[in-house]
Amino acid sequence: MSKTRRISCLAAAASVLALAAAACGAPEEEDNDRGAVPDDATDCANYEQYGDLEGETVTVLGSIRDAEADEMTEAWEYFQSCTGATVEYEGTGEFESDMAVRVDGGNAPDVALFPQPGLMSNFTDTLVPASEELTALTTEGWTEDWVNYGTVDGTLYASPHSSNAKSFIWYSPSFFADNGYEVPATWDDLIALSDEIAASGVTPWCAGFESGGATGWPGTDWIEDIVLRESTDLYDQWVTHEIPFNDPQIVAAIDKAGSVLQNEEYVYGGTDTISATAFQEAGFPIIDGGCAFMRQASFYGAMWPAGTNVAEDGDVFAFRFPETNEGDNTMLVGGEFVAAFSDSEATEAFRQFLASELYHNARLQTGPWSTARQGVDPANATTPINQFATEILTDPAVTVRFDGSDLMPGAVGASSFWTGIIQWVDGDKTSQQMADDIEASWP
Amino acid sequence: MSTRTADQAARIGETRGERLRRVLSSRAASVVAIVIAALWTIPTLGLFVSSLRPDEDIRTTGWWNFFADPGSVSLYNYNYVLYSDSQGGGLIINLINTVVITIPGVVVPVAFAAMAAYALSWIKFRGRNLLYVGIFALQVVPLQMALIPLLSIFSSGLHIGGMTIIPAWDLEGVNTLIQVWIAHSIFGLPLAIFLLHNFMRELPGDVMEAARIDGASHSQIFRKVVLPLVTPAIASIAIFQFLWVWNDFLVGRTFAPGEATRPLTAVLGDMAGTWGFGWTRLPAAAFIAIVVPLVVFLLLQRYFVRGLLAGSVKG
Repeated sequence: MSKTRRISCLAAAASVLALAAAACGAPEEEDNDRGAVPDDATDCANYEQYGDLEGETVTVLGSIRDAEADEMTEAWEYFQSCTGATVEYEGTGEFESDMAVRVDGGNAPDVALFPQPGLMSNFTDTLVPASEELTALTTEGWTEDWVNYGTVDGTLYASPHSSNAKSFIWYSPSFFADNGYEVPATWDDLIALSDEIAASGVTPWCAGFESGGATGWPGTDWIEDIVLRESTDLYDQWVTHEIPFNDPQIVAAIDKAGSVLQNEEYVYGGTDTISATAFQEAGFPIIDGGCAFMRQASFYGAMWPAGTNVAEDGDVFAFRFPETNEGDNTMLVGGEFVAAFSDSEATEAFRQFLASELYHNARLQTGPWSTARQGVDPANATTPINQFATEILTDPAVTVRFDGSDLMPGAVGASSFWTGIIQWVDGDKTSQQMADDIEASWP
Repeated sequence: MSTRTADQAARIGETRGERLRRVLSSRAASVVAIVIAALWTIPTLGLFVSSLRPDEDIRTTGWWNFFADPGSVSLYNYNYVLYSDSQGGGLIINLINTVVITIPGVVVPVAFAAMAAYALSWIKFRGRNLLYVGIFALQVVPLQMALIPLLSIFSSGLHIGGMTIIPAWDLEGVNTLIQVWIAHSIFGLPLAIFLLHNFMRELPGDVMEAARIDGASHSQIFRKVVLPLVTPAIASIAIFQFLWVWNDFLVGRTFAPGEATRPLTAVLGDMAGTWGFGWTRLPAAAFIAIVVPLVVFLLLQRYFVRGLLAGSVKG
């Protein structure tokens, strides 16, 4: 046996040992946030309307993965055991491209959870429109704004699934209480408070736009929040491209965001760190008083380090992005839409189940989640921030607008808008240049 | 003094090949090679070290800090990614899937390629050269172009003008593995046939003739004469095909999409979770994915180098 041969064998043996050493049984799950399925949802009497689906299979494709996917499938469990149907869920990080490949290849899943209504409208040729029952459930369960996002050319294709409240600014309630600060109600109050905090020697804002291949999206939410608060009509015209992306009003909104994001006095670590700071960790300095605010959606509540008390009287919490115009009551949202490529009995039943109040109440209790389904009890949410978000989302008085970058064409919303934001926040482009370049990339 | 003159004499009389060999095996060249090897290994080393650190450490400090405080070794991440029953773990199933995909994905095309290469090089039939050129030309078609048409043949069949040429396969669940095996075989065959054909063409015709005079049939010649002679070539092609199938992402993801059949590579990227927060699992997961090809490479590197040369220098 030659020397190199022996070394190779040693390496082989070592790696086998390493694999075996790791094989010391399944790891223990230590998820405190995860609740149980509520009694209502475990009672098979509540599933009788879906009929007997013994032996039927429904395949589901979505972009939800990891713990959220576990919690979601847990809420489906009793649908499966009571009706006899099998639901096979598959989560993918490449939802957009997987969807295109499978639909083109004739291998579409029965049900798809579309995170972007704009993407869904590409598939209307193969999608199965909502049945009468499902349409009734959807119009009863969601406000008109939401139903519109599931509708393409007058036909309802999908009912909403989860909803995130995106217009949130995270802060530290204890830091506010210690210094006697009040949660600002208007944009001007917010800026005045930022100035006050900056004068006290604390940088008021944290921001981080890094997110791997999707770097820049937290910045697009910033712009959207500000445009939405200028005027809802302006927002609608902007995302549907009735006005160009470089309309003076949009450029003014970008400048307004710049008054925070490009202000050296305001940003923790300096404005040039924004594009390189991971959004998942960007808000952590709030805990130890490094900064006071960070704008991020309600799902950020799950990202704080273990042991952080996320509550209205705890270490961190969120308040709503303040309105610019008096009397406005707006919320930027994200979420998924349940669309189907099959008209089988089991698929139809599963869609109706996903649109039901029963499911939404159950899902609220299996893990951190928020929903806009009317009739749910927000107190079912497992965390205070999700309860707060669900309260806002289910309030019919709130004007809801879907995340604009998810409604714009992919070439803008998932590409040039992201890169434009990064170049802008790095100071390589002015607001006007950025808007001009994005307008030029609009297909 | 005398050695030096001998040395100089050697230099004057040497051929270009000898000179190249002397320059490349000099001490300076070895140092450069070692430096390059070390530089190339650093990322892998970093990955390995990271995979052994606890989540909190990976998140807060770089992997090199491990050497300052080597006490914090943890196999937790390996344990989690391999055996957790959550969506962000359970790689052991995907590891098995990859093995199940890889073995037929290597054996089938290599076996067919060996037979086809023999037929193309030693059996005389009409259109042989045309067929060979056709196969050779197919190498230029990128497999990405064939993905969706092939998937559509599998899932809805092939129909021309209302006539069904191939019915829909309607494979579900674990059975979709068949699609992956077929796809890998199809995509692997042209190159394997081309390389093996080159090897077999080089075999001396006298050996075949002698065997034929002794009354051997084509199948006997193939099994008893040709196969033993081209074993090194088959081994190197098998390694190439193995690495290709093992590391494949696109074919597995397209043709075996279900939870039960997805290969390792198809789930690696999704392990970080919806918001990418579980990225600390990735070093351990990535290391699990590279261990098997690494071992195969180390054990069979002799054949690997030979296979590399087969593509460039004939003979």
